[in-house]
Amino acid sequence: MLDVAGHILSFSFYEGLVFGFVAIGVYLTFRVLGFPDLTVDGSFALGGAVTAVLITNGVNPFLATLAALGVGLCAGLATSLLNTKLRIPALLAGILVMVALYSINLRVMGGANVGLLREVTIFSLTSKFLGLETRIAYQLMVAGVLAVIVFFILNWFLRTEIGLALRATGDNEQMVRGFGVDTDKTTILGVAISNGLVALGGAVVAQGQKFADVGMGIGMIVMGLAAVIIGEALFRPKGVARLLLAVLGGTFIYRLVISVALRLGMAPGDLKLITAVLVIIALAVPYLQKKVQREWLPPATRW
Amino acid sequence: MTDNKSLLKLRKITKVFSKGTIDEVRALDKINLDVNAEDYIAIIGSNGAGKTTLLNIIAGVFPPENGGKIIVNGKEISGLSEYRRAHYVGRVNQDPHIGTAAKMSIEENMAMALLRGQRRGLRVASNKQRRELFRAALSPLGLGLENRLNALVGTLSGGQRQALALVMATLSKPTLLLLDEHVATLDPRTAQIVLDLTEMLVQREKMTTIMVTHNMEVALRHGNRLIMMHKGRIVVDMNQAQKADLTINDLIVAFERASGEEFVDDKVLLHNGNVVGISDL
Repeated sequence: MLDVAGHILSFSFYEGLVFGFVAIGVYLTFRVLGFPDLTVDGSFALGGAVTAVLITNGVNPFLATLAALGVGLCAGLATSLLNTKLRIPALLAGILVMVALYSINLRVMGGANVGLLREVTIFSLTSKFLGLETRIAYQLMVAGVLAVIVFFILNWFLRTEIGLALRATGDNEQMVRGFGVDTDKTTILGVAISNGLVALGGAVVAQGQKFADVGMGIGMIVMGLAAVIIGEALFRPKGVARLLLAVLGGTFIYRLVISVALRLGMAPGDLKLITAVLVIIALAVPYLQKKVQREWLPPATRW
Repeated sequence: MTDNKSLLKLRKITKVFSKGTIDEVRALDKINLDVNAEDYIAIIGSNGAGKTTLLNIIAGVFPPENGGKIIVNGKEISGLSEYRRAHYVGRVNQDPHIGTAAKMSIEENMAMALLRGQRRGLRVASNKQRRELFRAALSPLGLGLENRLNALVGTLSGGQRQALALVMATLSKPTLLLLDEHVATLDPRTAQIVLDLTEMLVQREKMTTIMVTHNMEVALRHGNRLIMMHKGRIVVDMNQAQKADLTINDLIVAFERASGEEFVDDKVLLHNGNVVGISDL
């Protein structure tokens, strides 16, 4: 029994880290930039697809993972350029790129999926190098190191002069322009970094599950939102570092709840429905609370 | 100060909104204006006179109609977009929410302001030296903000935010300071504090300033030059000597003569036979 609990915990911890990249990406667009970016479902699968194809062609798995980051950046670039330079609303721009990426991912993989069963991945390389035998041990090791790197880079970047301008763009775009920042550029940068992180998550997940699939990104945006909402609600973070940790924590708790539910017999197919309902509740509760207290509320936003 | 070369020159500035429709408005009509270095200009005028449009044109929120020229220090900037003009123009608006970022700390807001118009790089935005600078800039306010650098700006009151916005607008000493009714939404006491602060900053930094106000008393008491606008044109332009002994009633007479109309302004009310600005009530 303790064994099962330990396994679920450590596995959720691993998933919290790898899906944490997605959640941090979603956090960057939705919360920091105020840019509701739906590219995520497409760029997650794109990261998995590109990495899988590169690995099956003999590319070093670390390089292949880095390449995923690069193509993710490009996907984010596409969405943000549609928004800033062609003035297509952010939601629509994200959906357009997400749909386009579905076709692109099929082309990249030359089919609906690519298997990595006997291929060298960042996980198998690490296990060989460190002599770690237990799967969960080296999985945690790799995911942990990657998460620490991403955490430190972002924690530094968001406090730099450019990072500050990026955060301020989501807070008060008019003020930021008044201080001489091209807010188109900060938006493009932010959405690109976000999708780079999401694709990185896709690359690591694909190697962990030993295949990439064209449908692997479906629902990622909702999962990311759920993780962000849980993290914010539970940890009420202040400051950049704590916010990033809270998002990782939120992802861990989300994955933990899901793992337990699956153990208790929930059908895996119901997962996305339950996640969607969770997010709906989390978004609706603050509104309903205010409504009960008869506070004035603005009309619903449509874009 | 150079006599023949002004700091800001506006030539034939026209702005038409909703062009070609039934709602067409000529907000600015061939405005020519020379602003000298260290001028502190108060602009008054009824609603729709074009005061805010004039500031928006100078700041680059939108361009003037073809043929209009904006020249700063001998350099034409008419074609530059708003963010490229930040180097020249600092601005405080009526709404304190516009000048400050609510979800960021005072320190982070100040760090944004410090780099006005400069290249932003990958250095960490705030360090010990800069924090000292921020504290030194905030302490003259007497609001204690210098001891609350980590407080989120959203937790400050409207007056505190507006005072902060003013400090931020002037922190990196822009060529030109634009104030758009920046005390209009504040209570009388806070308005006075922010006005005194404005006076102090403008005098100390010798900043060239254009202040739009609805309050005639403020316009008379502050600044070394007074401009009155009406229907998109400048109808009165007085220097320090001309405005020195003026009363509010003189101002109304001057306006009526210049515009050829009865003075109508829904924000300026008659009270006990004297005209006073609404913020005095």
